[in-house]
Amino acid sequence: MSCSLKNGSELPALKFNKKPTEMGRREFMRSGAALATITLAPGVTLMAFGGKAEANANPATRWGLLVDTNKCTPDCDACVTACSTENGWKDTGHPETDAQWIRKVDLVDLATGRETSLPVMCQHCENPPCVDVCPTGASFKRADGIVLVDKHICIGCRYCMMACPYKARSFVHEPLTGQKSYAPRGIGTVESCTLCVHRVDSGRIPACVEACDAIGHRALIFGDMNDPESDIAKRLLAYPSLALRDDLGLNPGVRYTSL
Amino acid sequence: MQRTIYREIKLTPQIIQLAVLLVVFILAAGGAELYIEEYGHIVTGMTNQIVWGLPHVFAIFLIVAASGALNVASIASVFGKSPYKPLARLSGLLALALLAGGLAVLVLDLGRPDRLIVAMTKYNFVSIFAWNIYLYTGFFAVVGIYLYVQMERGISPSVVKVVGTAAFLWRLALTTGTGSIFGWLVARDAYNSAIMAPLFIVMSFAFGLAVFILVVKSICGLTGRAFGARLLHRLGRLLGIFVAGVLFFVAVQHLTNLYSAQRIGVERFILLSGGIYTQLFWFGQVLIGGIIPLVLVYHPTGGAKPASILTASALVIIGGFAQLYVLIVGGQAYPLDIFPGFAASSSFFDGQINTYTPSLPEILLGLGGVALALALTGFGMKILRILPTTLSDVNVDPLNNSGKGA
Repeated sequence: MSCSLKNGSELPALKFNKKPTEMGRREFMRSGAALATITLAPGVTLMAFGGKAEANANPATRWGLLVDTNKCTPDCDACVTACSTENGWKDTGHPETDAQWIRKVDLVDLATGRETSLPVMCQHCENPPCVDVCPTGASFKRADGIVLVDKHICIGCRYCMMACPYKARSFVHEPLTGQKSYAPRGIGTVESCTLCVHRVDSGRIPACVEACDAIGHRALIFGDMNDPESDIAKRLLAYPSLALRDDLGLNPGVRYTSL
Repeated sequence: MQRTIYREIKLTPQIIQLAVLLVVFILAAGGAELYIEEYGHIVTGMTNQIVWGLPHVFAIFLIVAASGALNVASIASVFGKSPYKPLARLSGLLALALLAGGLAVLVLDLGRPDRLIVAMTKYNFVSIFAWNIYLYTGFFAVVGIYLYVQMERGISPSVVKVVGTAAFLWRLALTTGTGSIFGWLVARDAYNSAIMAPLFIVMSFAFGLAVFILVVKSICGLTGRAFGARLLHRLGRLLGIFVAGVLFFVAVQHLTNLYSAQRIGVERFILLSGGIYTQLFWFGQVLIGGIIPLVLVYHPTGGAKPASILTASALVIIGGFAQLYVLIVGGQAYPLDIFPGFAASSSFFDGQINTYTPSLPEILLGLGGVALALALTGFGMKILRILPTTLSDVNVDPLNNSGKGA
C-alpha cells in the first residue's frame, strides 16, 4: 500500500494497518464500536470515535502534517473546501457560530511586511491541553498521535475550546442533519479536525492533503513522522520547520516551513 | 442576655410574595434552558470565539460566593469568634444554596445537559474541571455534616470545631479549584497565572460575605427579627478587609502581567482600549466594587450606619459580577496570539477582538440560578431551625460594648 504525493513520489507503505479493509458485521458487533454507535438523526447512524477508532492506532506511528507555506497561496482554499465536503461541516451563514475544522489564515510580518498564507487546524499535539482539561475524557489522543473527541461522552462544557492554543475547535451551535457516517457530529458537542482518521485507518491520506495535491500546490505533506523513510520525516530532517506556539512545549504533529 | 433560640421562619404575605417571585424566575430559567436545548446555543450570544458567557459569570459568581458565605460559620467555630456563632447555621445553609444555584446554571448551560450522568461517572483525573466536580459534591457533604453537628443537641463544641475546620479547609480547596480553572489555561495570556487561586479565594471572601449580609439583614427585616447595628458594623468592617484584599490581588495580577512584554497586548485591552471591558474594569470592578465600598464601610462617621454597610454589600456584588465579566468574557474577547510578531486574519476571526452580546435566555438562566439559591435558602429556613429569634447586639455580643474587633 502506498500513497501518491507531489511529483508522483510516494509515501512509504503505512505499516501500522495491515488489514484496514471494511469490517464485517460480526467484527463490528464484537467491537467496542458497536457500543459507541448512536443515532443522531433519523436514518443516520454514526460512530462516535469510540473504541474502534482508538484500536486502529499503532503506537509506533506518529501521524503528522508538514505545511510548506511557500507553496500555499492566499487565494486558494482547496484544503478547506475538501475538508468541509469530506466531513460535512459547512457555512450556514452564521460565521461566528459555524464550525471550521480547518481555516486559511493570512499573516503579515509586523517587522518586515512579508505576507504569508497557511492553513490552521487541530495541531494534534503530543501533549494536548484539550485532553488535559476535558473533565470526562471525551477529548483523547490515539496512540498514533491523532487527537479526537468521543462524541458519546462530550458534555459540551467547551473547556477544551478555552484550553486550545490554536482555536482549532468548534462547538456545534445548531441542530444538524445529513452527517457523514464516518465523521460523527452532533449538536451540543465539540469537534475539530480528525486528520481524516477514517481515511488514514484505511490507508488513505487526509482530504485536505489530497485536494492540495490535486491542484498542484503540494503544500501539505502527510505521513508518519516516526518513520525515517517517510517523506515527511525526510523533509523535517532536511529543512527547518517550526511548531505554532512552540513555547508551550506541546510538540504538535503539524509543522510549518518557510514561516 | 437571652439564650440563642433558633426557630423556623413563618410565612408572612411578604415572604410568600417573594417566594412566588423567585419561583417565577426559576420557571423562566427552566424555559430558557429548554429553549436553548431545543434550538442549540445559536440562540445565545456565545460563539466559537466567546465560548463561555453570561451563564458562566453567574455560575462562577454563585460558586465563589458559596464558599465565601461559609466564612461566617468558620469565623465562629474555627476561629472562636462568638458573636458570629448565632449566624453560623445560616452561613452554612446559604453556602449550600449558593453552590446549588451556581452548579444548576453551569450544568444547564452545557451543550448536552442530558449527559450530566456522564460527568458524574467518567472522570479524567488530570482535569481541574473533573477535580472540581469532587470538590463541589464534597462541599455539599462536608457543609451538610457541619450544619448537622451545629444543629444536633448534645454534640460537643470540639466536634463542631473539627468539622468546621474541615469545612473551612474544603472551601479553601474549592475556591482554589475554581480559580485554577482559569489559572491553568496555559494558552491564554488573560488567565494563565498562579495568582488566580488566591485571587478567587479573596474574591469569595468578599462576594460571599456581601451576599450573606444582604440575605441576613433582609430575612431579619421580613421576619421581624432584631439585627444589632454593632453586629452589622462588625460584618461591614470585615467586608472592607476582604474588598481591600481583592483590590490588592487584582493590582498584583495586572502589574505582573504588565511586566511581561508578551502580555502587554491583553493588558492594554483590559485596562485601556477594551471598550465595555475597560469601563467595567475601572468603573464596575475597581470603583463600584472596590473603592466606594471601602469608603462606605471605613468612613469615620458614616461607616457605622446600616445603610452604608448594606449599600457597600450591594456594590461589592455588582463589582463582583463586573469583575467576573471582565475576567471571563473580556479574557476571551482578546484574540489568541497564535502567531506572535504577525498580524493575522481569517474567516474564523483570527486576530480580531471578539464581540459578545448576552441574549435573554442567558440572562434568564443566570437570574434563575440566583433565584434558586435564594429560594433554597428560604426553604431551608422554613423547614429547619436556622435563624435565631433575635440577633440583637445584647444577645450576640454582650461583652463587647464598643463594637470593635472583627
